[in-house]
Amino acid sequence: MDLLGLGLEASVLTGACHLRRCRVDAEDLVTVALGVREEHGRLVALWGSDERDRENCFHLHLAFEDAQGLLVLDLPLAEEMPSYPDLSEIFPAATRMQRAAYDLFGFWAIGPDQRFWVRHAAWPDTEFPLRRDFDGSRQWPAEPEEYPFVRVAGEGVHEIPVGPVHAGIIEPGHFRFQVVGEKVLRLEQRLGYVHKGIEKRFEELPAHSAHRLAGRISGDTTVAWAWAWAMAYEQAAEIQPPVRALWLRGVLLELERVANHLGDLGYLGNDGGFAFGLAQFSRLKEVVLRANQAAFGHRLLMDRIIPGGVSTDLTPAARATLREFLPGLAAELGELRTIFDDHAGLQDRFMSTGRVTPELAASLGLSGLAGRASGQARDLRVDYPATPYDRVEVRRCGGVAGDVAARVALRFDEIFESLRLLHRFLGELPEGEWRTEAPPPPAGAHGFGWVEAWRGPVFLALEAGPDGGLRRVHAHDPSWENWPVLEHAVMGNIVPDFPLINKSFNLSYSGQDL
Amino acid sequence: MWRVLRQIVRAGMPGEPPAEVDESLRLKERLHAQILATLGRALTIRQVDAGSCNGCELEIHALGNPIYNLEGLGIKFVASPRHADLLLVTGPVAKHMEIALKRTYEATPEPKLVVAVGDCGVDGGIFGQSYASCGAVAKVIPVDVVVHGCPPSPTAILQGILTAISVRNQP
Ligand code: SF4
Repeated sequence: MDLLGLGLEASVLTGACHLRRCRVDAEDLVTVALGVREEHGRLVALWGSDERDRENCFHLHLAFEDAQGLLVLDLPLAEEMPSYPDLSEIFPAATRMQRAAYDLFGFWAIGPDQRFWVRHAAWPDTEFPLRRDFDGSRQWPAEPEEYPFVRVAGEGVHEIPVGPVHAGIIEPGHFRFQVVGEKVLRLEQRLGYVHKGIEKRFEELPAHSAHRLAGRISGDTTVAWAWAWAMAYEQAAEIQPPVRALWLRGVLLELERVANHLGDLGYLGNDGGFAFGLAQFSRLKEVVLRANQAAFGHRLLMDRIIPGGVSTDLTPAARATLREFLPGLAAELGELRTIFDDHAGLQDRFMSTGRVTPELAASLGLSGLAGRASGQARDLRVDYPATPYDRVEVRRCGGVAGDVAARVALRFDEIFESLRLLHRFLGELPEGEWRTEAPPPPAGAHGFGWVEAWRGPVFLALEAGPDGGLRRVHAHDPSWENWPVLEHAVMGNIVPDFPLINKSFNLSYSGQDL
Repeated sequence: MWRVLRQIVRAGMPGEPPAEVDESLRLKERLHAQILATLGRALTIRQVDAGSCNGCELEIHALGNPIYNLEGLGIKFVASPRHADLLLVTGPVAKHMEIALKRTYEATPEPKLVVAVGDCGVDGGIFGQSYASCGAVAKVIPVDVVVHGCPPSPTAILQGILTAISVRNQP
């Protein structure tokens, strides 16, 4: 995106998360958004901030990925009437983010969907929790909520409501299916049940301990979120973590990817009618979690990445054990892949189920793993490799079929690649310090983090406040843009295939509800 | 099929706990005995995520793997609270889940047990209490046993379940 061609001047933030940042007006925003779409870029995140104490206005912030990388725009909004142009026509993924910006800040865009999104009934619709004068400790009595679901009219169409509490061990959310016979005509999701005020909570925490909260935005992605947090904090505080710490972060991130992909493959096999797969993959995953515990002191690797480095070093013995155990894991995985590939029943369930074509994926902005299975060749580790990824030439994995089979195959490919990366990282791990002092960033300092988690890219923006506090933190999980695509992926499929399709995306509720 | 069999043979008999979790073996024996003594049938659990970060769910899932082998102990997760002996609740209770959690509790037949899993369930954990979070599970429904940890290990969760059944078994 040529900002200079528009007469806009961007400031550049350097560090692990390199980006351009620019203040725009409403007209420029639309021009830039159109330009980004033109060059096949995408909307990364949309969030707000309350600047009434400093500038007598609010700000809307947008992060885009264009041909040159990350671009952050800041648009001032009038205090009395904080409105801005609807972007959902240009980037459909903006729809839910815009609805959330209303719920939390009272900013509005004249978009086609004006319903609440993350607000159910926990607070009155005249209150906006992320405004600075909102008292975060105030509570209102719980009230049931009526949500205007979209209905499909027609003969033989009936509705199946599911949730928010599900039959299995799954996060809460509501799914409303409109079906004819067994065929799904339409799925509508209602999320927001596990909104627990994470962004407001950040503002109450001292910056130096808030990595714990960042690591709990979505527990299954704790490493990636902690890394994004550390990246943003270190950028704002102008800290350079020791190189060994960066390599250890790479080890942690790949272990997290391997563990999650193994777990998903087990459940995908199970939902495909192959219980043997669940037993085998869940056993392998357990082996990895135990290796995590032995090497780093936490099964899910929570709180291992901290601003300034990592909280635990890897001992030579633990490093040797990890290195020894990887080849065995790869061999077992190879066997299991052959079993999956040869299993006619399984392939029959996977092939052409829950298909998202590359065209649809591009227009809806499908990201991360699901995007790569639908021809969207994006991977931050390849496209903008931060250390240690810049030293190992990450192989890009992907597919174009966009069905459950493609998302299964991609998980296998990505585990093998992660095992290769782990082998390199562990083999070439630099000696030296693994942690440096990380005093809180000065008030007003900004930092950003962008990390390729197993599910897709997580993005985090922070601004430090006075006295070692945090003024504003925004966290964007890729589940935001991928949940709406799941609604499309199930259309025309049969209801019993929904669990399988859903699992093949495996999106986070907590990460999007915040 | 031979590949499947070979894989089973290679992987050994799942369910055999590795040496380092000796403690959990004894725990499992006690748990199994306790379930039989108390219920004479499988213990049925309904899991409710009331606002968790999903980390606790990962460890509850792990209970089902061949190493912990929850089913083998006579514990089953069920799809409806009406068939549940015990509710396993995670997370701080999000305000948006308050009503759903209460309804689930009411739908569970007496005598019912509630185990709050994880630091969040114990006291709200890192999320605390706020406009969007009720905090501890006990603020919303009666709780019999709490399991500390973030997340608690699968063994700790098993211990919590055992404690709940033992409590109920006492006169
Ligand atoms: S106790 Fe920890 S792992 Fe469990 S829900 Fe809370 S933050 Fe997540």
